[in-house]
Amino acid sequence: MERTATIAVLVENEAGVLARVIGLFSGRGYNIESLTVAPVDETRRISRITVVTTGTEMTIEQIKAQLDRLVPVHKVSDLTLDGAHLQRELALIKVVGRGEHRVEALRLADAFRARVVDATPESFVFEMTGNAEKIDAFCALMKPLGLAELCRTGAVAIARGTRHIAA
Amino acid sequence: MSATTATAAATTEDRSGAEVLLRALTEQGVEVIFGYPGGAVLPIYDALFQQNSIRHILVRHEQAAVHAAEGYARSTGRVGVVLVTSGPGATNAVTGLVDALMDSIPIICLTGQVPTHLIGNDAFQEADTTGITRPATKHNYLVKRSEDLAGVVHDAFYVARSGRPGPVVIDLPKDILIKPAPYTPAPSTPHRSYRPVTQPDPARILEAVQMLKRSARPVVYAGGGVINSGPEASRLLTEFVRMTGFPCTNTLMGLGAFPSSDPQFIGMLGMHGTYEANLVMHGCDVMLNMGARFDDRITGRLDAFSRGSKKIHADIDPSSINKNVKVDVPIVGDAGNILAAMIECWKQDDTPINKEAQTAWWRQIDLWRQKDCLAYVQEGKIIKPQHAVKRLFEITQEMGRETFISTEVGQHQMWAAQYFGFNKPNRWMTSGGLGTMGYGLPAAMGVQIAHPDALCIDIAGEASILMNIQEMGTLAQYRLPVKVFILNNEYMGMVRQWQELLHGSRYSESYSAALPDFVKLAESFHAKGLRATEADQLDDVIREMIAHPGPVIADICVDQKENVFPMIPSGAAHNEMILAAGQQGGVAGVTDEGKVLV
Ligand SMILES: Cc1ncc(C[n+]2csc(CCOP(=O)(O)OP(=O)(O)O)c2C)c(N)n1
Ligand SMILES: [Mg+2]
Repeated sequence: MERTATIAVLVENEAGVLARVIGLFSGRGYNIESLTVAPVDETRRISRITVVTTGTEMTIEQIKAQLDRLVPVHKVSDLTLDGAHLQRELALIKVVGRGEHRVEALRLADAFRARVVDATPESFVFEMTGNAEKIDAFCALMKPLGLAELCRTGAVAIARGTRHIAA
Repeated sequence: MSATTATAAATTEDRSGAEVLLRALTEQGVEVIFGYPGGAVLPIYDALFQQNSIRHILVRHEQAAVHAAEGYARSTGRVGVVLVTSGPGATNAVTGLVDALMDSIPIICLTGQVPTHLIGNDAFQEADTTGITRPATKHNYLVKRSEDLAGVVHDAFYVARSGRPGPVVIDLPKDILIKPAPYTPAPSTPHRSYRPVTQPDPARILEAVQMLKRSARPVVYAGGGVINSGPEASRLLTEFVRMTGFPCTNTLMGLGAFPSSDPQFIGMLGMHGTYEANLVMHGCDVMLNMGARFDDRITGRLDAFSRGSKKIHADIDPSSINKNVKVDVPIVGDAGNILAAMIECWKQDDTPINKEAQTAWWRQIDLWRQKDCLAYVQEGKIIKPQHAVKRLFEITQEMGRETFISTEVGQHQMWAAQYFGFNKPNRWMTSGGLGTMGYGLPAAMGVQIAHPDALCIDIAGEASILMNIQEMGTLAQYRLPVKVFILNNEYMGMVRQWQELLHGSRYSESYSAALPDFVKLAESFHAKGLRATEADQLDDVIREMIAHPGPVIADICVDQKENVFPMIPSGAAHNEMILAAGQQGGVAGVTDEGKVLV
């Protein structure tokens, strides 16, 4: 039985650390559905990687153990397993069109709480944050209305409530 | 790491990076480096020239430098150190690094690099060494700032030897080696991010001990982790096995962790393990895996592997647990600490032992032992390879000299594992995980450097030995009396065996054609060459080889058709073992699914 896991990895913010994580996934044949990374603690030089992966329970246990034994890794946390968590992606969505389509796009954007961050007489760029399904749904609706270009981040995720992870 | 070094470690800016590097190595206790020079590391060679505390051994190929450092490390428990130049020096070292990674051997490999301002420019002898070696090492570093140099060296040694040991590369741009650099002593604070668990959870220890006490058909299966933990762990393993009365089997990597002469030793397990060891694994009800990793050479077909047993797995590397085989009691920690805790717990805990069942278990084991699965017939003039190893073992035993054995890879390696008995840890160096032909000669060289008075023998095949034969030059230069004992069957025997058993005896490219005359080859390298072609010459050649004070190649011409048995064909289960040549019909049943396995 496969499941999806959203894993947070706190790492040293140093050269090559992302290559180590990605190399681990490709070298051992694990899936990466998405991966995001950014520094989260400048003074302690810590970055946070959020990786979404799928696999059997045994594979996911392996992935976590393999990540944990990388030298620059401080902490590995399986957000999916540890309890309720919030997960968000950011998307920038360009829709090109005129007339009826344009009006409909704007109406749907409003319903989905997508923000207009750029507009010309023939185009919009919408900015949207949400979980992957919400963005998928919005993009599906934009397709017939002139979806020209899509750009999205991977997921970032954090536990609900007082629980938190630290390096 | 004496107190004086630490106090004298006030930051000094006037020394070159190369000098600071050597100072850091000295603080880490380094006495020997195996290396090969080149443009990018000339500053280090210059600094080496001007000091006396570190000895440099000039090898003839960088791969051999790493294997020599592995032999040094495995026979001493210390970190082996390698020094190579940029580009081809580094790429030549890669096979050795992967070998050390697979077998968990602590190595520091210093690689030269083009100066920082040229990195990425495709400069002469530039290679992306950290990129290439990332999956070939436990960790690697590129030193880009002089102020990081000493700290990186200390960090690298800590990483190489802590937790599950492994190879670590430090890539050193030439400008960093030339520019002055500050010295910083080894930190006394814990590592920022890498802190492996070494002390086991007492609750798991209790659970394991009670499970073992209640068992009817127990087995202890011990691997290289016990050896890596240090000689004390092997002593504790022996104490534990003797106090429990359980049968004990060792992996290829674990040979010597438990004495082979002990009546409770049931031999090596796995693909070419003994009948009794594999049937014990198959039929046990509780298995204690101490520092082994359920590797595919051990388990055979996974879904048929010891299905009826509860499994306890002790390992320092949490990623080894539940990787191939689901276990019931995981114990993370250092083998020595775990064994000490289990011995204590065994004494304290009053769970009754299932004596009667265990007596019946030993009766069953003795029946399996009666198969005498390692029996062979030496008759006539043709030397049986098994007999050659057996005699080598017996004669070295008689002589009572401290003996270290390395091997190349192939049939001879398996015969060495089967017929040479090891009663102590750190006496057996073989490329287990990677199976690297060309490993044995340089490894023996490294062992001999660490143990100048010991008897160091590379049990070799005629094909493998040619993969690092140039190291005969190193033996000559440093007067290292390594003995190369070639089981010359004129075939890549292990390849020929698989072709015979799995590919209709089509011996495609596995004949060792155009072999050199090994006696003359030895002589051209200033060594002694000996040859045995008939059984009655064998003992004399072995004795002469051992008696000779310098390096020797002994060319033992053995039966070309001999195969290694017992054998669990790939994709088969433990109880589907082939015992002898006559029984080869059993292999006809190997499916394509089995054949795809290596
Ligand atoms: C570097 C390398 N290349 C290829 C192999 C595959 N291989 C395994 S055993 C073997 C034959 C070894 O022949 P030899 O050294 O004569 O040993 P024998 O099996 O005859 O004892 C080969 C080619 C390997 N293990 N290592
Ligand atoms: Mg051969």
